[in-house]
Amino acid sequence: MFAYIIRRVLYAIPILIGVNLITFVLFFVVNSPDDMARLHLGVKHVTQEAIQKWKVERGYDKPLIINPSGPGLEKFTGTIFYEKSVALFAFKFGRADDGRDIGLDISQRMWPSLAIALPTFLIGMLVNITFAMLMAFFRATYIDVWGVVLCVVLMSVSGLFYIIGGQYLISKLWHLVPISGYDLGANAFKFILLPVVIGVISGIGAGGRWYRTIFLEEIGKDYVRTARAKGLSELRVLFGHVLKNGMIPILTGAVAVFPLLFMGSLILESFFGIPGLGSYTIDAINSQDFAIVRAMVFLGSVLYIVGLILTDISYTIVDPRVRLA
Amino acid sequence: MPFKPVMLWTDALIFVLLAVVLIFIYRARSREHLRAPWREVARSRTGMVTLVILLTYVFIGLLDSLHFRLPLSNTSNQPVEVQYSIEVLSLLDIIVTPLRTQDEKTYSAPFATQLYVKETIERPDGGQERVYPRLKYGGAHLKNPQQEQTGDIIAISVKAILEGLLAWLILAGAIIASLVRCKNSSFKAMFNKVRHGATELPWRAILVTAGIIVLFIALAAELSVKYHVLGTDKVGQDVFYQAIKSIRTGLVIGTLTTLVMLPFAVLLGIMAGYFRGWVDDVVQYLYTTLSSIPGVLLIAAAILMLQVYIANHPEQFDTVALRADVRLLFLCIILGITSWTGLCRLLRGETLKLREMDYIQAATAFGVGHFKIIARHILPNVMHIVLITIVLDFSGLVLAEAVLSYVGVGVDPSTLSWGNMINSARMEMARDPMVWWPLLAAFVFMFALVLSANLFSDTVRDAFDPRLRKL
Repeated sequence: MFAYIIRRVLYAIPILIGVNLITFVLFFVVNSPDDMARLHLGVKHVTQEAIQKWKVERGYDKPLIINPSGPGLEKFTGTIFYEKSVALFAFKFGRADDGRDIGLDISQRMWPSLAIALPTFLIGMLVNITFAMLMAFFRATYIDVWGVVLCVVLMSVSGLFYIIGGQYLISKLWHLVPISGYDLGANAFKFILLPVVIGVISGIGAGGRWYRTIFLEEIGKDYVRTARAKGLSELRVLFGHVLKNGMIPILTGAVAVFPLLFMGSLILESFFGIPGLGSYTIDAINSQDFAIVRAMVFLGSVLYIVGLILTDISYTIVDPRVRLA
Repeated sequence: MPFKPVMLWTDALIFVLLAVVLIFIYRARSREHLRAPWREVARSRTGMVTLVILLTYVFIGLLDSLHFRLPLSNTSNQPVEVQYSIEVLSLLDIIVTPLRTQDEKTYSAPFATQLYVKETIERPDGGQERVYPRLKYGGAHLKNPQQEQTGDIIAISVKAILEGLLAWLILAGAIIASLVRCKNSSFKAMFNKVRHGATELPWRAILVTAGIIVLFIALAAELSVKYHVLGTDKVGQDVFYQAIKSIRTGLVIGTLTTLVMLPFAVLLGIMAGYFRGWVDDVVQYLYTTLSSIPGVLLIAAAILMLQVYIANHPEQFDTVALRADVRLLFLCIILGITSWTGLCRLLRGETLKLREMDYIQAATAFGVGHFKIIARHILPNVMHIVLITIVLDFSGLVLAEAVLSYVGVGVDPSTLSWGNMINSARMEMARDPMVWWPLLAAFVFMFALVLSANLFSDTVRDAFDPRLRKL
């Protein structure tokens, strides 16, 4: 198992190098730092000195890949590629356009993101499994049919409408919780409640239907017939056997959500004014702060790969037949 | 020439896609193994009802894809070379000219005859008063709106319903008549069969759906000339016009994205599975790397870079429509890049399985070349996966457009799209009293399209998935 994890971490390195190269090409080769400076300073009426000053302030005034004028190793380290892209591997994200340290911002902003995303993920999974189990228990009856119809209808509504509708009904009409904002400590509860509820509801459609398919596939298998033949109650069969065996595909799907736990849900956070990583990214996109977007792309990829490894490890926990070697 | 045709990039690709679909239909007609699953789709009531709705959307989208520039009217009498307007219009724009041109000053509610905000006007005696001014176009034909409005709307609606019914009767009659000719039965017998839903294809459901759509179109056509049926937005533009213009944007994103990604996904996926070895390693590395970047962030990064490029090279984009179109196309491409990995992985797995099959081994033993094996033996056998993926992805892409436009990395702000409508309406939520109609319009149009697409894709999947196929 240990050897397996080491190998997976080593496999991750070429992938991260690839991600790094893609972001480098996107941010520095497709458009030169001069282009970016011109966009920030206003396209017209911009002097060469102003561009130069902008570049020096942000450290974009160096050559892209090779610095022929530098002594010794500086031929390679005194470049944009080394300072901006390679430095990401050491989680040195540099400074944002307003001069704040991106690394520090991220470490502070990941907690509100987690506070929203973790409950949404766990409660959402619980609700989806319960709903899917209900449909599987009453399979081929009207409850099942209408459950699926409800799922398809819920799936067809854009996530934006859940948020807008929820904010309007619960906050504006009924005044139950504040529309948006955030607070520290226990006070955060009333701000977290609505985003979590909406996050869970907007996931029921796709999640419930997908889990139902998984459970129905398992129900058709031989071991379920054996369990029934032993005289186990239907509930025991569903929760004791079917759920356990359905965990592998469920966990596989969960990994896709893992980066979002830290990165936060972009939309939810920005609608509810939560100072997490999601709203951080959206603000960066809107103010065209390339340093932050670059840092978030890299961080997202790292989290995705960590998520993949964690999924594999979790397989061994839910299914003793899986051995990682 | 009375107009100058304009072929935008997305228009060209839409017509390529249309041609591909038509060729596919033509080929499938004569091949029984391709026809069988489609026949199952055609027999399903949900499948056909949703198909009618989808075709209505597609038809509007196609009308909106025929672009041209009208000539400017020649003010001097000398015969000079005709100048064309800078504004790019589509056939749909011409059909709904009243909707496009009848702009009010600012917000007005659906069917309103007055603006939604008060304005200060001068009274004849010199004093001032704050009133809701009358609209320039909405209900402008009424002398006394309070009393006449309801009656007027009912009168127009009745007229529209009668017209709609007439159109529907002609349509239904024509369909039944052609069925009579096909099946060689009498008109009365066929009519009864359709009425009792006893035909092989669910004609009754199709005709009922078509009837509802025709009625809606008739009502909208009659009412929207005299009123703003879905109100107007902040700058006074008709919301109904925005909603129907958004159809093309949604369809383009849902279909062209797949068209753009398809060649890469199919080619790389099959090559990885067929050749294995280093080809497989390279392809797997490619898609793992791409899929490990969170989609929204990759799209955001790419669109930001495109913005920088457009801002610095204004000379390459001479009209607003062209710039918006390039951005739409680029959004499709980048969405395609983020979403091809799933299909590629599926195809690789399926090809790995197929290449061990006896008939492939036999072909190899006979000395058939690699590319011939791929084209003749593997490609046709993975097409069902491709088709299922295309239809399943469609609704997700339409929904993604709304979210991306909200984040600010979606379509160009000048392109009418449901995402942009929701985005601008979000600010109006905080107004009191609330401006709710742009949201409602975007919701209804999007929901109808996505729900139909979801239901239709389920039918297609059930018909094509070999694991579910009933013999």
